[in-house]
Amino acid sequence: MMFEAAGYQLLPVLPEVALAVGAMVLLLIGAWCGQRAAGLVTGLAICVLIGTGVIVYLLPGGKLITFGGSFIVDDFARFLKILALLGSAATLVLSREFLQDQSRRMFEFAILVMLSTVGMMVLISAADLIMLYLGLELMSLALYVVAASNRDNVKSTEAGLKYFVLGALASGMLLYGASLLYGFTGTVSFAGIAAAAKSGSIGVVFGIVFLLAGLCFKVSVVPFHMWTPDVYEGAPTPVTAFFASAPKIAAMAVFTRVVLTAFSGVVAEWQQIVVFVAIASMALGSFGAIGQRNIKRLMAYSSIGHMGFALVGLAAGTVEGAQGVVLYLVIYTVMTFGAFTVILAMNRNGQPLEQISDFAGLSRTNPLLAFCFAMLLFSLAGIPPLAGFFAKFYVFSAAIKAGLFALSVIGVITSVVGAFYYLNVIKVMYFDERAEATDAVHLELRSIVAATALFNMLFFAYPGPLVSAATAAAKSLF
Amino acid sequence: MTTWPILSVTTFLPAVGAILIYVMARGSDEAASRTARWIALWTTIVTFAVSLLLVTRFDPTNTGFQFVEQATWLATGIRYHMGVDGISLPFVILTTALMPLCIVASWKSIARRVPAYMMAFLILETLMIGTFSALDLLLFYVFFEGGLIPMFLIIGIWGGPRRVYATFKFFLYTLLGSVLMLLAIMALYWNAGTTDIPTLMQTSVPYNLQKWAWLAFFASFAVKMPMWPVHTWLPDAHVEAPTAGSVILAAILLKMGGYGFLRFSLPMFPLASHDFAPLVFAMSAIAIVYTSLVALMQEDMKKLIAYSSVAHMGFVTMGIFAGTMQGVHGGVFQMVSHGIVSGALFLCVGVVYDRMHTREIAAYGGLVNRMPLYALVFLIFTMANVGLPGTSGFVGEFLALIGTFKVSIPTAVAATLGVILSAAYALWLYRKIVFGALVKPSLATIKDLTFREGLTLAPLVVLTILFGVYPKPVLDFSAASVQNLVNNYASATAAIKAAALP
Repeated sequence: MMFEAAGYQLLPVLPEVALAVGAMVLLLIGAWCGQRAAGLVTGLAICVLIGTGVIVYLLPGGKLITFGGSFIVDDFARFLKILALLGSAATLVLSREFLQDQSRRMFEFAILVMLSTVGMMVLISAADLIMLYLGLELMSLALYVVAASNRDNVKSTEAGLKYFVLGALASGMLLYGASLLYGFTGTVSFAGIAAAAKSGSIGVVFGIVFLLAGLCFKVSVVPFHMWTPDVYEGAPTPVTAFFASAPKIAAMAVFTRVVLTAFSGVVAEWQQIVVFVAIASMALGSFGAIGQRNIKRLMAYSSIGHMGFALVGLAAGTVEGAQGVVLYLVIYTVMTFGAFTVILAMNRNGQPLEQISDFAGLSRTNPLLAFCFAMLLFSLAGIPPLAGFFAKFYVFSAAIKAGLFALSVIGVITSVVGAFYYLNVIKVMYFDERAEATDAVHLELRSIVAATALFNMLFFAYPGPLVSAATAAAKSLF
Repeated sequence: MTTWPILSVTTFLPAVGAILIYVMARGSDEAASRTARWIALWTTIVTFAVSLLLVTRFDPTNTGFQFVEQATWLATGIRYHMGVDGISLPFVILTTALMPLCIVASWKSIARRVPAYMMAFLILETLMIGTFSALDLLLFYVFFEGGLIPMFLIIGIWGGPRRVYATFKFFLYTLLGSVLMLLAIMALYWNAGTTDIPTLMQTSVPYNLQKWAWLAFFASFAVKMPMWPVHTWLPDAHVEAPTAGSVILAAILLKMGGYGFLRFSLPMFPLASHDFAPLVFAMSAIAIVYTSLVALMQEDMKKLIAYSSVAHMGFVTMGIFAGTMQGVHGGVFQMVSHGIVSGALFLCVGVVYDRMHTREIAAYGGLVNRMPLYALVFLIFTMANVGLPGTSGFVGEFLALIGTFKVSIPTAVAATLGVILSAAYALWLYRKIVFGALVKPSLATIKDLTFREGLTLAPLVVLTILFGVYPKPVLDFSAASVQNLVNNYASATAAIKAAALP
């Protein structure tokens, strides 16, 4: 076999290798040509990301395992990898315009996004704790730099630093949990842990708590959410859009894989943690967002809430639950991406607009943008027939099947509270007096906004393929 | 048998019209507004014509669902399933019939952002027809909740001064009730493995689940209906909504609650319905008496009619949960009649509001001197609202009352008291506005009904009187389905009734 090194199959990691090599080559191009090449590097990076997605799609079916069982490619990994790659590619499409500006021109952004994506892919495929940590750190280190990429801006630097310090703390907790688990089960592989941890000994429980604490930080759920609003607000908008999408997918994917494959024997132990975290996140996301004036902070609270909703599906701990999580991730990524694209498109005289009051009368000055944003917001609020409703439907229906009635009732009630602040933005756009016109929106942004809004509006008409792909992905975990 | 999906065409035709407006009526100039108005009018008229085909091909002796269409949708148990029976078809027709009138009523009074307004109305029509013809619980929910979006925008953009408060209250109130119903829908799905309504009607539901599911559905429908004490969103929404929005709200959206009770609560949870019937009776009786008293105190015309709607819906819930043939039949008829009458009353308010731009009762008086035609039309609808024999309002109330009398005499007595009160507030309103000397200088030049306004009100006058003296068409239409519903309900509850006897 051609794809072999030191006795290990390389075919399963081919996409990761391709992406990493691509990133190196682009780094060389960038170093050779200097910042002039920023546009070229970004364009090529988009191609490489999409190409990698194609490779993932073309990998042979079934379960591929390599590196002594620590790296696994199943339907779950395939599905979420393609989603993460699309998220990263879309980020770069978004940021092209943003990076055109002389002061912000830097080719490293695209390369950091690519390297971070390699980390995500490793994370999604991780089948033991070592691989999990490797992927997580590779992803996070690139993200820390990206968060601070607007070097001359105090807020951006602060965001990067805050993210780094808290992220390092979370990594420490995760490592501590991993070492406890290793100590008490004698293995780092998920399958081995599952076989050893049949009953929840105190050591395993501690290990689970610390491991999940680290993961909760990455998906930004309560009580490890503190960094989210500040980082979302401080980072440049394309970076925020990136934070809200691809890394969340990867972190949620590994969260799902860990609890469902490694801790399948101790469901009661982790379920209560997930239930608590879900309730706390949904509540804080809904109530915390009400007072926000800055749209990016609002989206930060919204993302905390949405991760809470996704965890509702995970709390069920069943195939339906995993399917719900996967679908939630897809739909959430599209919605949040669309929303951030709208925010990025909002400029007046070249200055970005980030206050909610800046959206006043947008329905008159830019009806199409306002309409698309309104549809995305209704979708985020979970109103049918938009896609966001179906996302919520699948996670809650899994929770109901698993008998988690209290969690479901609290969840839907917080979703009504959450609807209030989404409606408030719509109110500002549609009911308030018009403000000055905003700048014209570039074609790239317009097409992303239109595509995401159309996806949201038309998902109900033909949900079949996506739902069955999500079902296949979820089934491969069991 | 038809070869084309006539029901789906009826449902989605308005949405097509909305897309057409989006494509053809670009910009905000007068030409775009005119195009949008005409497209909307023709779409609604054609939709009405297509829906009349449903009437002519409907077989009223058949108790099952007709014009059934099925297609794959989300999963094997969650399909795209449409169909109508004698209970839902009247509401479909009511919707399609009222829409052209609403469009005409908005012809002049809506001057801002006309294309968006017409699109919102057409989308709303699609969602309303879908709600009444969906035969899958989740599909029903999608249509039912989807209606919130256009209505939120209609009240919020084209409404009165307190429109933001009113529309938020409307949206959040309704959403809160509905999400609980969504959880119940999921529980039913896992219980039966499907959300197909005809299948669910045959599936027996464990009593415990029945109880909770009934309460969850009740939370949604009671808000939508609205029943006392969760009716407070309705007066606000009515007062702030533009005229056509009020008409749709009163005539169609409120009926979704009653329709829900008939379609889901009674057939799917008969035991719970039987056990909770006293609760519904009490709430209905309070609603009828209390909101009638509240209506007596109103200074705003729309608010008065809104409170009277709550009272009239009390008759509907009372009749439905009586579970007798007369009660349920009366409930259905009352809903249809109230759809016509309350819609017409809001149109009547709209007529004077367009002239004077106030809805304060005190600002009017003596209109009969300058608007004789208007006075006549308004009189007919006021009498129908009171429930005067010879108008459609009487038939429904009377049937609901005798249906309830067989089951719960105290409720029937309280409700009859409400009839007297309704005469009090409706006649008071009429006297204040129409009779007396025309002394207010602002009214000195007020003009009688225009041709366009006459055109919108004439069909409603005809129907009100026709159904008042000859209600047979509507009653025959739904008789078989109602009989079937009542029989199933009676046989399901017979067992516990027998057990309760010594």
